[in-house]
Amino acid sequence: MALLQIAEPGMSTEPHQHRLAVGIDLGTTNSLVATVRNSIAVCLADDTGRAMLPSIVRYRADGSVDVGLAAAKAQATDPKNTIVSVKRFMGRGLKDVAHVETMPYDFEDSPGMVRLRTIQGVKSPVEVSAEILRALRERAEASLGGTLTGAVITVPAYFDEAQRQATKDAARLAGLEVLRLLNEPTAAAVAYGLDNAAEGVYAVYDLGGGTFDLSILKLTRGVFEVLSTNGDAALGGDDFDHRLFCWMLDQAAIDPPSSEDGRRLQIKAREAKELLTSCEEAPIHVKLGSGEVVDLVVTRDQFAEMTRHLVQKTLGPVRKALRDAGLAPEDIKGVVMVGGATRMPHIQRAVAEYFGQEPLTNLDPDKVVALGAAMQANALVGNRAADEDDWLLLDVIPLSLGLETMGGLVEKVVPRNATLPIARAQEFTTFKDGQTAMAFHVVQGERELVADCRSLARFELRGIPPMVAGAARIRVTFQVDADGLLSVSAREMSSGVEASVLVKPSYGLSDDEIAGMLKAGVERAEDDMLARALREQQVEADRVIEATEQALASDGHLLDAGERAQIDAAIDTLRKLRDGKDHRALKTGIETLARETDEFAARRMDNSIRAALAGQKIDEIQV
Amino acid sequence: MSIDLKQDFFGLFGLPRAFAIDEAKLDQAWHELQARVHPDRHAHLSDAEKRASMQWATRVNEGYRTLRKPLPRAQYLLELAGVDAGLETNTAMSPAFLMEQMEWREAVEEARQAGDVDALESLHVRLRTHSKEVMAGLGHALDDKADFDAAADTVRRLMFIEKLQHEIDDALEALET
Repeated sequence: MALLQIAEPGMSTEPHQHRLAVGIDLGTTNSLVATVRNSIAVCLADDTGRAMLPSIVRYRADGSVDVGLAAAKAQATDPKNTIVSVKRFMGRGLKDVAHVETMPYDFEDSPGMVRLRTIQGVKSPVEVSAEILRALRERAEASLGGTLTGAVITVPAYFDEAQRQATKDAARLAGLEVLRLLNEPTAAAVAYGLDNAAEGVYAVYDLGGGTFDLSILKLTRGVFEVLSTNGDAALGGDDFDHRLFCWMLDQAAIDPPSSEDGRRLQIKAREAKELLTSCEEAPIHVKLGSGEVVDLVVTRDQFAEMTRHLVQKTLGPVRKALRDAGLAPEDIKGVVMVGGATRMPHIQRAVAEYFGQEPLTNLDPDKVVALGAAMQANALVGNRAADEDDWLLLDVIPLSLGLETMGGLVEKVVPRNATLPIARAQEFTTFKDGQTAMAFHVVQGERELVADCRSLARFELRGIPPMVAGAARIRVTFQVDADGLLSVSAREMSSGVEASVLVKPSYGLSDDEIAGMLKAGVERAEDDMLARALREQQVEADRVIEATEQALASDGHLLDAGERAQIDAAIDTLRKLRDGKDHRALKTGIETLARETDEFAARRMDNSIRAALAGQKIDEIQV
Repeated sequence: MSIDLKQDFFGLFGLPRAFAIDEAKLDQAWHELQARVHPDRHAHLSDAEKRASMQWATRVNEGYRTLRKPLPRAQYLLELAGVDAGLETNTAMSPAFLMEQMEWREAVEEARQAGDVDALESLHVRLRTHSKEVMAGLGHALDDKADFDAAADTVRRLMFIEKLQHEIDDALEALET
């Protein structure tokens, strides 16, 4: 009944326990999937040997979908249905997206998130991203020979709640179990830190295709503690291409180009940028739809000059992150460069100048994030052998969370750069006599005015017993989990009236929408989705049974005979369901076992804390 | 195994209940506790274990936040001693202190209006030094004399200073964006 897994030399001594887990770098320009094999993280390549999957999705008239290179080839001929850099639209409204005027898409502005009209109907950025993730999942399952237990998906550290939630929804839609959303610079730090046994304070400068992050991390004996993070979720290599593209239009006096010509010129701009990394100048030769030919040469200096303001723009977040960490540039031991865009020589120069040292470029800046994510995925599913590296990530929330108060001002509840998970409560009161309801508006951002922050959700607490103004005590609690995702609850303290909200509906997709998309997927999919659902639940059941049995083996003494019998019975029931065909009954069985073990889990955790405290006591005596 | 898990944060981190703190030891204890309770350590376990892990990890982080910085640590010590510092309401500060605060505030406002980043940066540094001076008295009041009224007064002053510090940070932030 256990998953069959061929044991390879050097693999874990208990191959039947090896679970298939991957790290996915869902990038603006390229995406990758990686896994840990024989204790080494490797990127998984497609059948032509390519690891990088261009993050491009094409919806075709016949109802099929191309992802990656096949889609990339149609960029110039079918721009409207070929979506590039979709990450820029995740969790964003039309007004938030830069350069829409030069984009060939047919946008539909809908509340919360922009959508795209394609030949296959209106698509949300979540659905487009799910196509990329699905392609990577299929690649991984084919390469590893089994259903994945789970995946770590990376997101820019500076992604806000809406963008994180959208990413998680896309993964769900692609049939992935998300073990964790991991910040890209943190993933890179793990890969770098473990490879180099690094200790001290490091900065990770991560300039991707469409996002910029700067994280400051303290590495001490296997603990990766993020001290601060800052960035710009709408600044990346794409913007450098765009500058060059505008320069080309200007030089060739084209105004405005057709959608097709626009794409051709954009592709050439990117190629020229990449060429300038190794050459002093790059020729640009484009044949337009009209037959007219654009013939230009751009030099490295010209390119550096026209994009200098973009390089400068990355230094603002660098300064802020250092200030938040209470550090100066000279306190940084090393600067790790991440993202293909950091190959540009003038960026490396600017970073070297700011920090007064040459940045570290010994890891492939395109792959380091996926590799770090794979290492973390491997650890999260419990594959890590006892003698292997042991590490812990302590990450932070990038942007403050707050509530709207009188006069459109923001009252901050969770400050930025707080270590996750975190819970913070704030008390409010009624301002009118007999007031029985109170409305809350949850926002994210650093500015004082609600209008300048991102609106996340609105909810109401009703049923407050009528009292004089100022007498009610309403406690609002924000809980942010390890993925950086928020849930909010409100409670009137004297009556116990409660309201809670998963911060989701006002921008993201509702559960109904996701269900609808999944259903549409079933109708389209060739393989049997029911069989897949059953397989997924079986993997989950195996995992839960194994975890519970391990817990019983090591801590069974924390239970009395009656409690033990109840848990054993729940395991037996789940075993029987596991060999059946009903995935819904199986899911219920898994939930029942989880409920039955609630108290046991709490006792185990308390016991573990006691052991830690006892350890501290021993240290004290020894000192 | 009879260790009380409901104990205060000092106990949780294995530290004596005092304002003067061994920061290295606090950091180490924090790492040690998180290594056991962090959600990443329980991601492959049952939902019940994940819930328990999340609750504990949240509590451990709250404890760390409370003890790491001097001001929240002092506030927490006052709370444990049952002293209500009346932080939000009690504004009976000495006129000299209030005057000083007004001068600081005017300087910040002037620099903000002028968009003078350098001036704001230098105010930030000066205020930090000033804050350390005020803070020095706190350890004496709390640890040596157990004079909680004096400590509460100092805590209130430090809250004014911290608020001002935040205003400078916000002004800098606004100028840079």
